[in-house]
Amino acid sequence: MRALTYHGTKDVRVDTVPDPEIINPRDAVIKITSTAICGSDLHLYDGVIPGTLNGDILGHEFMGEVVETGPKSTLKKGQRVVVPFTISCGKCYFCEKQQFSACDNANPAEKQDMTEQLYGHAVGGLFGYSHLTGGFSGGQAEYVRVPYSDVGPIVVPDHLDDDKVLFLSDILPTGWMAADNADIEEGDTVAVWGCGPVGLFCIQSALLMGADRVIAIDHYSRRLELARQAGAQVIDFKQTNVTEALMEMTGGIGPDAVIDAVGMESHGFSLGDQAQAFNLADTIKQKVGIGADRGGALREAIFACRKGGRLSMPGVYGGFVDKFPLGALMEKGIQIKSGQTHVQRYLNQLLRLIEEDKIDTTFMISHRLPLEEAPKGYKNFKDNQNDWTKVVLKPGV
Amino acid sequence: MSRHPIEVRGYRGPDPLPRLALFAAAGTAIALLAFAAKPLFGNSPAQRRRELEDDAPRRLSRERAGSPAFVGKSVLINRPRAELYDFWRDFELFPQFMENIRAVEVNGDVSTWTIAAPAGQTVTAEVEVVEDLRNERLAWKSTPQSQIETKGTIDFRDAPAGRGTYVDALIEYKPPGGAVGRAIADLFRREPHVQARHDLKRFKMLMEAGEVSTSWRTRRQS
Ligand SMILES: NC(=O)c1ccc[n+]([C@@H]2O[C@H](COP(=O)([O-])OP(=O)(O)OC[C@H]3O[C@@H](n4cnc5c(N)ncnc54)[C@H](O)[C@@H]3O)[C@@H](O)[C@H]2O)c1
Ligand SMILES: [Zn+2]
Ligand SMILES: [Zn+2]
Repeated sequence: MRALTYHGTKDVRVDTVPDPEIINPRDAVIKITSTAICGSDLHLYDGVIPGTLNGDILGHEFMGEVVETGPKSTLKKGQRVVVPFTISCGKCYFCEKQQFSACDNANPAEKQDMTEQLYGHAVGGLFGYSHLTGGFSGGQAEYVRVPYSDVGPIVVPDHLDDDKVLFLSDILPTGWMAADNADIEEGDTVAVWGCGPVGLFCIQSALLMGADRVIAIDHYSRRLELARQAGAQVIDFKQTNVTEALMEMTGGIGPDAVIDAVGMESHGFSLGDQAQAFNLADTIKQKVGIGADRGGALREAIFACRKGGRLSMPGVYGGFVDKFPLGALMEKGIQIKSGQTHVQRYLNQLLRLIEEDKIDTTFMISHRLPLEEAPKGYKNFKDNQNDWTKVVLKPGV
Repeated sequence: MSRHPIEVRGYRGPDPLPRLALFAAAGTAIALLAFAAKPLFGNSPAQRRRELEDDAPRRLSRERAGSPAFVGKSVLINRPRAELYDFWRDFELFPQFMENIRAVEVNGDVSTWTIAAPAGQTVTAEVEVVEDLRNERLAWKSTPQSQIETKGTIDFRDAPAGRGTYVDALIEYKPPGGAVGRAIADLFRREPHVQARHDLKRFKMLMEAGEVSTSWRTRRQS
């Protein structure tokens, strides 16, 4: 089959590789009809997440048709399914608590040492996201092997197009969980850093959960426009000092909840701005491979958050953040919630919202490309962020 | 878990001597020397233990001692005690989750384990059950005919509030002499903890999820 494979920093190619097979009883093999490039893939592309090997197949946002099933799969050939990017066994302590991304059993035993050393515990399994999360082949390919297919994939009705349901695999539940983690109360002002696809779903979710107002922050005009379209007020951090603006827009109180939908590769180092100034040092350390994440947006979010407010962090981090404003966090009494998304927890609820047209899942798609042009998709999603807001790939076109 | 006299081998605990030499060579102040030397003459971990013995499993002690290779590991499994005991009692199932065990043949209370050794070799351990408390504990020991001297115990304890079972495994072995022996010694010395940890994790996967997770894409990879 054809698949998008990793060959080093900023070097991805479409190669011919062996087709996947059923290995374990609960497996299924899916023929992929649509797959997307995620902001998380850019962290791999930029080489800031360790443990990705040459030839690894990337991609964790995908859907398609069931073509093969293991003896313990509950799926049937021909069914149309969306597959969560988190691989979860459904039976361990964490899965039973609906903390699916913390599953104890998905990440193969011999792959667990790395994150045990790095984080104190082994993390769960993810598709196409380095050997730290299991080394599973991803879905930017014609076919994919899906473990635990009896608990992960959701069957979707035929009347909903791929574009409408594809993002159930990751970014829609990620935005939804980010808003859920912000514990939104009536009358809240919620600030969202990053108007990428995740940020855009955070905005819609926060409003659906009863936020009075969402203020979204980015520096790309097209992305800020999309944020506005999703119902947010916007701040362009190149035009305006963000913390000052947030204070003034909330009568000096600050946002009740802040959401970091940027992650470890925050842009911008405006030196007049305390929370962002350290980002320059972060960038240099990240470039020379010191394992420091770039935390500009995160620092700014903590700085702006009101006393006793809440910080929700869907943005991905992999290592350490220097100059972390722990004092501000403690003295203001801010609550933090974070994590890879527990996708399976939200699927049914979100499918219903899509069917009822309560949530718009297609407006951020800027480009649809054949799988063969995936490298072009990566390059532009990285370098032309203003116009390339979300790329959907079609295998076999 | 029972207190065990043998300590973890290969553990590099605090070793004050290199530190001492380093500081001396650098000509650092006497105050620093005194600090570095402290564990040698003063409040060593061993002395502290006499004052208060903590509640961690003894195998984790920072003190170094003992010669046989020794592995201890605890894992919480989200299944009832009886189910785990039954599976473990059936030694023939070991190859399903123990990477180095190629085959197990059971004859009554004695079983023969074929263990993979480096360079494509195998060795056998002949093992007999010496203690069998249903749903609680199993202990085994090698017979005098065995190529490897080994013994082990596995304990099953209920976790609180229906959270499953704590499984505690302790395995100890003395490699045989000769070339094969050296190869096995190498194997065990290299990564006994890693091996035990991986094996127990695979046991947990098998018990909870019904299969051992793998990220292989094709069967050929196996
Ligand atoms: N927790 C999860 O399970 C999960 C799932 C999917 C994605 N993510 C993560 O969410 C983050 C966003 O994903 P995406 O797909 O939207 O990525 P993206 O790269 O498309 O969007 C990130 C946006 O942040 C903006 N930005 C950068 N620095 C900023 C700053 N200092 N202030 C404000 N905005 C800034 C960028 O201009 C960009 O528009 C990534 O870190 C991704 O890895 C997490
Ligand atoms: Zn993603
Ligand atoms: Zn699980």
